[in-house]
Amino acid sequence: MDLRYTADEQRFRTEVRSFLDAHLPAELSAKVLGGKHLTRDDFLSWHRALHQRGWSTPNWPNEFGGPGWNAVQQHIFDEECAGAGAPPLLPFGIRMVAPVIMAFGSHAQQERFLPRIRSGEHWWCQGYSEPGSGSDLASLRMRAERRGDVYVCNGQKTWTTLAQYADWIFCLVRTAPDRRPQQGISFLLIDMKTPGVTVRPILTLDGDAEVNEVWFEDVEVPIENRVGEENQGWTYAKYLLGHERTGNAGVGTCKRWLQALKRIAATQRAGGRPLIDDPRFRDRVAQVEIELMALEVTNLRVIAMELANQAPGPEASILKVQGSDIQQELTELTMHALGPHALPYQPAALEAGYAGPLAGPAWAVPVTGRYLNHRKASIYAGSNEIQRNIIAKHMLGL
Amino acid sequence: MNFDFSEEQIQLREALVRLLDRGYEFDKRKQIVGSESGMSREIWQQLAELGVLSMALPEAHGGAGGNAVDTLVIMEALGRRIVVEPYLPCIVLGAGLVARAGSDAQRARLLPRVAAGQHLLALAHDEADTRYELASVATRARADGGDYLLDGKKTVVLGGGAADTLIVSARAAGEPGDPAGVSLFLVDATAPGVTRHGYATHDGQRAADITLAGLRVGGDALLGPAGGGTALVEHAIEHGIAALCAEALGVMSVLVDLTSSYVKTRKQFGVAIGTFQVLQHRLADMLMRVEQARSMAYLLATTVDSDDAALRRRVTAAAKTVIDQAGRFVGQQAIQLHGGIGVTHEAPVSHYFKRLTLIGLTFGDADHHLARYSDLMARDG
Repeated sequence: MDLRYTADEQRFRTEVRSFLDAHLPAELSAKVLGGKHLTRDDFLSWHRALHQRGWSTPNWPNEFGGPGWNAVQQHIFDEECAGAGAPPLLPFGIRMVAPVIMAFGSHAQQERFLPRIRSGEHWWCQGYSEPGSGSDLASLRMRAERRGDVYVCNGQKTWTTLAQYADWIFCLVRTAPDRRPQQGISFLLIDMKTPGVTVRPILTLDGDAEVNEVWFEDVEVPIENRVGEENQGWTYAKYLLGHERTGNAGVGTCKRWLQALKRIAATQRAGGRPLIDDPRFRDRVAQVEIELMALEVTNLRVIAMELANQAPGPEASILKVQGSDIQQELTELTMHALGPHALPYQPAALEAGYAGPLAGPAWAVPVTGRYLNHRKASIYAGSNEIQRNIIAKHMLGL
Repeated sequence: MNFDFSEEQIQLREALVRLLDRGYEFDKRKQIVGSESGMSREIWQQLAELGVLSMALPEAHGGAGGNAVDTLVIMEALGRRIVVEPYLPCIVLGAGLVARAGSDAQRARLLPRVAAGQHLLALAHDEADTRYELASVATRARADGGDYLLDGKKTVVLGGGAADTLIVSARAAGEPGDPAGVSLFLVDATAPGVTRHGYATHDGQRAADITLAGLRVGGDALLGPAGGGTALVEHAIEHGIAALCAEALGVMSVLVDLTSSYVKTRKQFGVAIGTFQVLQHRLADMLMRVEQARSMAYLLATTVDSDDAALRRRVTAAAKTVIDQAGRFVGQQAIQLHGGIGVTHEAPVSHYFKRLTLIGLTFGDADHHLARYSDLMARDG
């Protein structure tokens, strides 16, 4: 057992770091680090810069044009990108639909979609949840009726992140309503420009419009856009969810937030001294730093399992629960570090280039919104209660 | 980066588990705990023959030259059977100190006999007012010719009753709280001037209060540099904490196993209580705590041999915080989920709980280590 990175792994880290130094524009990382709104173009320009270097799909094998990195390299890449303030690589295309297309898609689908995910030409969003189907995903009701060589789709998806920017959506649809819930689902790839697709924003509690409802009214989808077999979609959906959970620890981002919290707590004054010198507050920071230290090692243990070709199992649920707990604790502590400066709601100041009047310091602007927004972390991607069900069932045999 | 155990470590663990499966059933342990000495010389001898006692000792003195990861493998297995024999005080603390600080003559005199299971060591450091502050040594060491005269009272010396040689910390200069001025001495536990009051601890292990009154030791009793005792004790305690973290892992793993088995068989309202989601989620929380604790035990085991004292200090404080917080939750919930049977002497779960509780009180509790970590964070960022 040796938890240090090998010389090769350290060289790789240096390579990633030099690339970030040379190619991550300072104004872009300033937006990320300053908690500003990122535009579609911000995401895409960074995606393209990575694509030029062959790094836009860090989790892909060589045969599909990926860099072929092992789990440790992917972790190092993620950690360096998060630390440098690079815009996050959105998972919907790269980490969600792509692995499904690689594993279950036709050759034609692989040829058509994978290169466009890699280049950023296609922006993908995820059509899983419905208003009546959250944790009980298999109860989904969006219908797809086969008529000739198309499926006619009717229904509604919800919580669709950044659907307003998306070119394509992958959807779980019901193709056999008379069968048991899990046995009548298919996996469709739908062009967002198809007539009958409507996107309506959902305002979240922080005032942001990150998620949407997507409505489908007699939307015609060619049969060749079905992945795999008809009515086998649940198998593919579960495969995708397994991939989704491994990315949810968020260690790199948490480390950055922790450093920001310490900086803020060092500048805020409480009782005539910096807040960080108040033992009661500092102990809470210490507690979360310690928990993050443990999470980082647990994350590395799961990565080591992947490296040994053991598929990510229920251990990924531990990462999801612990990671979201820590994200929520960090966002909450940072808000409390600001005290009264956490009150002003200044959405205009979240836009880059804002030059109007400000209440309080500039770095205080995104803090409360981030706390409010991250209440989602214990709900999305399988709520933490569902994760506990998974742990109880698969790790404890209950 | 790898989390793999070596072939040798896997073999050692398997052999140790086999030995304990055979010779350390719950009833056998009860007999040992209830015996006069509170340990089994027979088991100790078997541990010696298996190479468990010598694993982490230097090769030049009958050891296998192992490291803290070897100790982790051993302690986790001992924890799974809540073994009461004095591996931590004698091997991890005592022999570890002699190996790190001893002269060649001291090492040659003590370590081969310790490795053979014929000689027991203990670290006599804590005093009535020490709590967890390592530098608050009040025991005095007065130079007298080439000798030293030791006077003071040591409390809750783990394994102190059975030890043949004590490693005593005593102050030749300065006041309690001053890290400088403390030296370590090798003391024959049966020498005139040494009085021991031995007793059992709540987890079935043994400790002793030890009074030193005008105890004369020669200059060759000095272990490590004069005045360098505090740093040596600190490093020994860090090794002790790494070992306790590994032991706690073994204890907690068994508690999760016992509890998940119990809720699958215990029926109320006509069904196994393990079908209740509120209990399933409690167990899922227990398991998550154990996994986080495991990560910290691994991190500390791979850090505690490092020469970087600041890093060791920080990781030690972090690991003990996580392990103690996890141990409190896992232990208390294991009892809770067992219901009434969990608070009986008859149920193994209660004995695992007691060991875990006392681990949480040994070498600093979670509050102590969190505060310590917090101070280090304030200093170093």
